[in-house]
Amino acid sequence: MLKIILSRVIQTIVVVFVLVTFVFFAVRAIPGNPFASDKATSAEEEAALKAYYGLDKPLPVQYVNYWKNILVDGDFGDSLAMKGRKVSTLISESFPVSLKLGVISLILGMLIGIPLGIVAALFHNRWQDYLAMVVAMAGICVVAFVLGPIFQISIAAPLDWFNVAGWSRTSDIILPSITLCFGVAAYLARLTRGGMLDVLSQDYIRTAHAKGVPTLQIIVKHAIRPALMPAVTFLGPAFAAIITGSFVVETIFLVPGMGQYFVLGIQSKDYNLVLGLVLFYGILMGIANLLSDIALIFMDPKLRTA
Amino acid sequence: MFRNLLFPALASLAFVSCENRSDVEIANEENILIIGNSNEPKGLDPHLVSGVLESNIIRALFEGLCVEDPAKDSTSLPGAALTWAPSDDFTEWIFNLNPEAKWSDGVPVTAVDFVFSYKRLLSPDPNWPAEYSEMLYFLKNGEAYNRSHFGHILCGNDPDFPLDWETLKKANFEGERSLKLENFVGKKFSDLKEIDLKKLKPYLKEDETIDLAKITAEKVDLKNLSETEKRIFCNAKGIDKLSKEQLQSLKSDSSLVTWTDVVPEEVRQIVLDRLIGHHEAGKPNLWEEAQVGVTAVDDFTLKITLRGPVPFLPEITKHYTWYPVPKHIVLRYGKINTAFSSQWTRPGNLVSNGPFKLKTWRTNHFLEVEKNPHYWDRDQVDLNGIRYLPIKNYYTETRMFGDGQLHMTYTVPSELIPMAKKKYPDQLRQEPYVGVRFIRVNTRKEPLNNPNFRRALATSIDQKAICEKILLGGQKPASGIVPPFGEYKVPGLIQFDPEKARALLKESGYSTDSKFSEIKLLTTNSESGLREAEALQEMWKQQLGIKVRIVQREWTTYLQKQYDADYDLCVAGWIGDYLDPTTFLEMWVADGGNNNTGWGSKEFENLLTKAENTADVAARMDVLSQAEKTILADTPVLPIYWYTTNYLIRPEVKNWNPLLLNNHPFKFVKIEK
Repeated sequence: MLKIILSRVIQTIVVVFVLVTFVFFAVRAIPGNPFASDKATSAEEEAALKAYYGLDKPLPVQYVNYWKNILVDGDFGDSLAMKGRKVSTLISESFPVSLKLGVISLILGMLIGIPLGIVAALFHNRWQDYLAMVVAMAGICVVAFVLGPIFQISIAAPLDWFNVAGWSRTSDIILPSITLCFGVAAYLARLTRGGMLDVLSQDYIRTAHAKGVPTLQIIVKHAIRPALMPAVTFLGPAFAAIITGSFVVETIFLVPGMGQYFVLGIQSKDYNLVLGLVLFYGILMGIANLLSDIALIFMDPKLRTA
Repeated sequence: MFRNLLFPALASLAFVSCENRSDVEIANEENILIIGNSNEPKGLDPHLVSGVLESNIIRALFEGLCVEDPAKDSTSLPGAALTWAPSDDFTEWIFNLNPEAKWSDGVPVTAVDFVFSYKRLLSPDPNWPAEYSEMLYFLKNGEAYNRSHFGHILCGNDPDFPLDWETLKKANFEGERSLKLENFVGKKFSDLKEIDLKKLKPYLKEDETIDLAKITAEKVDLKNLSETEKRIFCNAKGIDKLSKEQLQSLKSDSSLVTWTDVVPEEVRQIVLDRLIGHHEAGKPNLWEEAQVGVTAVDDFTLKITLRGPVPFLPEITKHYTWYPVPKHIVLRYGKINTAFSSQWTRPGNLVSNGPFKLKTWRTNHFLEVEKNPHYWDRDQVDLNGIRYLPIKNYYTETRMFGDGQLHMTYTVPSELIPMAKKKYPDQLRQEPYVGVRFIRVNTRKEPLNNPNFRRALATSIDQKAICEKILLGGQKPASGIVPPFGEYKVPGLIQFDPEKARALLKESGYSTDSKFSEIKLLTTNSESGLREAEALQEMWKQQLGIKVRIVQREWTTYLQKQYDADYDLCVAGWIGDYLDPTTFLEMWVADGGNNNTGWGSKEFENLLTKAENTADVAARMDVLSQAEKTILADTPVLPIYWYTTNYLIRPEVKNWNPLLLNNHPFKFVKIEK
């Protein structure tokens, strides 16, 4: 167990290092200038700005400095787009918002998706199955920027105690989390159905049926745990993705989360912000994968000896 | 894993608030105005921002010498200054400050704060990234100080100097405009293109070549250069920008730089000695010597001396670049020109002199200001506060307005205007706004270097169709680059006229069959930008048979391409900073930072200078109108339309009237109950 965790941690470190290195050079290669503004900047001013943010030095030096600042001072640099603000402040302010929204959407997604998948598998190739899969397909296809406005117009506007958008009332979290949960629910439904079908055709299930165990008991006691394994594998990365926010949902519902920084960072060539996010996201992804691996080990005894 | 997360999640879902009143209803009771403000402000330092949305917040927090009238354009009410009076020729103004005016911490606002603020914005330090310092170039010597024009400051300002500045300034102090060393960085002489060679020609002897790497190096030692290289280097830089060592080399042979014949050798030596002396003293700045035209006569009397007559100065003092910043607070959190690393604008630190003070500022969430209890005119202020929401998605904004979450929107997207007209006929406002949409033409490129060709493009744009079929916001076809306002007479030279356009095309010597490389139209990656570009593309194809390719780039790349002159045609806009035509005309001087077309005209610039020295208002407007004619006749810009603002506003908000600059003074706004 400890070995698995350790090897996962090392893997994550290597992956994050490679990722940051790649992004560091890639983001500087895209055209555009972080200091371009609608008012002209003189050559001297631009040079001074570059010097202030250390962008005047050769790329390898900048790269070494970037790591040095992080490892020695714990400094992820200043945001170039939102001047005067640190990347770490931007992330630490917005991450709790995205985390809260993400966790609620993920739970909603599981509550909808997993039962839907189980029902579909139990009624394999019957109308319940088709209906569930149509719903799941729709959840994957209908994207947030369609779903969000639909909710705003048809739910929030007619109901007095719902705001169309914002982040000040307790009820403000409901619509964005429903919008976000659909994608997760849809994937989970399909994965659970697949896993369930696979398990239901196994010999030990047939044996249980033959012994006269009630169907409900077979499902709850014997089938669900192995059937959920594909879903749990998916949940790891999905968790990391959903708690880091979504640009679309945040701009539609005016949520002060961190998803919008991914887009802002690239659009405004905010190198430090992009790198900070990549680093943060990479580490989160590593942790989430590790957690889902551990969960799988608990679920499947075969993996413990492997 | 999930059990410990499940409970709080479910609990918070169940704990849905049962508040039935809308946000606006609650805010009305608290007397707070909620407005959509488009995006997260980049900052709140009046000297370091340049955007409209930041100015909306800064206008509530700070107050300039004069304040906007809530209903009348070009009218100034007392702000930080109680009264003001110009000299007869409008070059000197005395502002009598209000002794009751206080910063929000209770410290009085004095003339010293104003002098400090203007000194700060004009800081010549290259580490000071103020984008708007040229707004203070109205001040006498303001530009010389900001741009470190040592010659002007050290010799021109000295009344005892043997030669008067008018004569002396003909020497090459500021560097040869057309000869930019940046253009030669990393290039080899043998690879230079015709256009670059032309600039070097006057300095080169026949068949002479020079080493470009030497003159573009970071540190240039004149001793290592050939005679020609020295001459090119010194003239490209200009006397003001040479280092101490370079000036010393120049002393032995002053003719390396152009002085014109009227500057005798002994005067040249004095000039060089003064500059060298300054560098040797290692003085960090020249504020005293520069004699910039702003002085605190006493605590409550501010004297402003201008570079020429400015009859509309009170109008300009309403712009946020002319607002004071609190000297005692700025210096507490840094030096005078500590830029972004200073924390003085953070909540809790920020102190302001306007009707409101900063209460809360949460990134991407909201920013709220509250009534400033120390404000001199606090009885006039009706609102208890203003909440600014950074709503980037304008569709969401309109929906929020409909749901009673906002008193006012930032804008209305053009697709929603027909709906808004039906659904909110009394709440939708469409008002003129001093701004112009136009197309920059890169006049360095063929066939765009041909004025008739440019004119043909301009007159084949069906501006009315763009306004009425695409924009729907009441925009007006632009016959020029200065929108109509006040006493300014719009020359009205550009009109949609396909017949004339085809004739002009013929005159230009080009035709549909002529071979020239494909013309590209640069625009932003926005939906509206694309629609507009497609309309233009179709119009040129239909009227002239010219095919144009649309190039969309996201914002920063789009801007950079213009600065690099890496475009053919580019759709852009400009919003007036104050109500005077110069705010639209001055950008078109050759090599102006926002010109980017490669166009320049001596005649145009002479007219601008003439206007700068004309005190009579009507005569001045005539000269400016002529200047606009000069630029339109040459057409380096193709005007499309004049802006309007479109927004939704709730009926209970009172005293919010149409203003051409859209700078509404919040102190007069009331919420009627």
